[in-house]
Amino acid sequence: MSAVAGRADERVARAGLVRRLLIRPELGAVVGLVAVFAFFAAQSPVFRSPQGVANWLDPAATLGIMAVAIALLMIGGEFDLSAGVLTGTTGLILVTLATRYGLDVWTAMLVGLVVALAIGFVNGLIVTRTRLPSFIVTLGTFLMLQGVNLGVTKALTGTVQVSGLRRAAGYEGARTLLAGTVEIGGTPFRVAILWWLLVTAVATWVLMRSRAGNWIFAVGGNEQAARAVGVPAARTKIALFMTTAFAAWLVGSILALRYTSVQANIGIGQEFIYIIAAVIGGCLLTGGYGSAIGASVGAVIFGMADKGIVFLGWDADWFKFFLGAMLLLATLANRLVRRYAEEVKH
Amino acid sequence: MIIETRGIGKTFGSVLALRDVSMGVAAGQVTCVLGDNGAGKSTLIKILSGVHRHDAGTFLVDGREVRLGSPREALDRGIATVYQDLAMIPLMSVWRNFFLGSEPRRGLAFDVARARRIAREELLAMGIDIRDVDQPVGTLSGGERQSVAIARAVHFGARVLILDEPTSALGVKQAGVVLRYVVRARDRGLGVVFITHNPHHAHLVGDRFLLLNRGASLGEYAKADITREELTGLMAGGAELEELEHELRRE
Repeated sequence: MSAVAGRADERVARAGLVRRLLIRPELGAVVGLVAVFAFFAAQSPVFRSPQGVANWLDPAATLGIMAVAIALLMIGGEFDLSAGVLTGTTGLILVTLATRYGLDVWTAMLVGLVVALAIGFVNGLIVTRTRLPSFIVTLGTFLMLQGVNLGVTKALTGTVQVSGLRRAAGYEGARTLLAGTVEIGGTPFRVAILWWLLVTAVATWVLMRSRAGNWIFAVGGNEQAARAVGVPAARTKIALFMTTAFAAWLVGSILALRYTSVQANIGIGQEFIYIIAAVIGGCLLTGGYGSAIGASVGAVIFGMADKGIVFLGWDADWFKFFLGAMLLLATLANRLVRRYAEEVKH
Repeated sequence: MIIETRGIGKTFGSVLALRDVSMGVAAGQVTCVLGDNGAGKSTLIKILSGVHRHDAGTFLVDGREVRLGSPREALDRGIATVYQDLAMIPLMSVWRNFFLGSEPRRGLAFDVARARRIAREELLAMGIDIRDVDQPVGTLSGGERQSVAIARAVHFGARVLILDEPTSALGVKQAGVVLRYVVRARDRGLGVVFITHNPHHAHLVGDRFLLLNRGASLGEYAKADITREELTGLMAGGAELEELEHELRRE
């Protein structure tokens, strides 16, 4: 038996290391990353200096945390358009409760987490129960949250922002943990970068090395088939929506602690950026395929372009053009790579 | 008999999808379910595999009456179903598909190394020669895909294997490959329910034949009691076929 298996192993090796590498969903994003880095680094010495790296890794980190969660959700076959505005909701809850209702920062964050998880749960429950497209369901949640964010903030403060978190009890500790900086080789890096790396590592482990990961690929690839072999499809999807909500809470709290105030319209429009980063990272819009590392790489490309354009002294408007071009290129590259990798070899 | 139905029936609203069907599946035997489209084959296997609950008659597993509430419950009793089109997830690798829903664990983790090894060994044991268990199932041919699904069911201790039209979308050669695995599963002591509308395939491997027409049973026959010609005649609706022949000749 083992002799036969051994022989089969040899044939596998011959089937091609190249194909094995190409089948990785993040390949296109890594190629893009190298190209974008080379482009900016060649023209801007600041860009490739440690300070420059710390500078463009910062937006990559907060975007990356969201993109990774959205990537998991997209691999599971669903979208969440309410994720961007939910970062605003959780931030507003944190600042409002800590500045106007006398809660300390930790308790206020806990309340924000509970609300976020509840919203994620409801999103997931509606999608799995009604079988409506999550695009529509979360578009509804998105608009409702947008209204609540503005309406409640205006009713409480008379303006469109809440501020003054710096004076709240427990602020310093929470800030160090989520919004502080760490010195590496004399250069201060945002601590959010570490959270982002942790989120990416955990998500990758879950996807590739846990049963839940197998279920995520399955419910996104073919939900009926997954259910037929006993995968708890509804539970898996609800958990994914709650994961996205958790990420939104984390990012919302990081941003609120960093700026100590929150605009009521924050996060609007970000939901598409998360999806774009995930797609650049190799996620299929139709689900069942993608990677967490890829989404993180997609986020780094964004961070580089966002800051790189400024370093080069270009008009920031070109950023949007760059985004669109990257998205198109990435989608095309992903399609080519996947076709090549999946060719029937007989 | 491992599973047996007595006068089983199912209605959807005002539609009588299945009525008064009796059949049995024994270990090491193949029971073929034959019928045209709309004959009630799918409804019957969905009851057997736990997707639908029957609302008339009795359903016995190991001689005890059951009402299966989910595919999971059927699986736990050793009844595994291989569906024609929703058996596999095309973008996932062979080994991930093989263990989907029943992943081996090591601590908290999915034991990936073991899953790969067992998938390869089980496929070879069934005589299925797949180059690379890491390749996506979408790159396999239809026959290979059916074969992987059958090997999976056998590995997970299925005692009854329900095959939903495994040969209908395949060419002659590929169908032969699948029929060979059906026989191999039978020889390993499984009871097989083989759903098909091809009487030639059925007669090659079947021990018993249940014929369905418009939701009702036309009878259950042992292999000794029926020839391939009679089976084909009954399948085609006998008298209906003669009528059709008559009608077409006139034109």
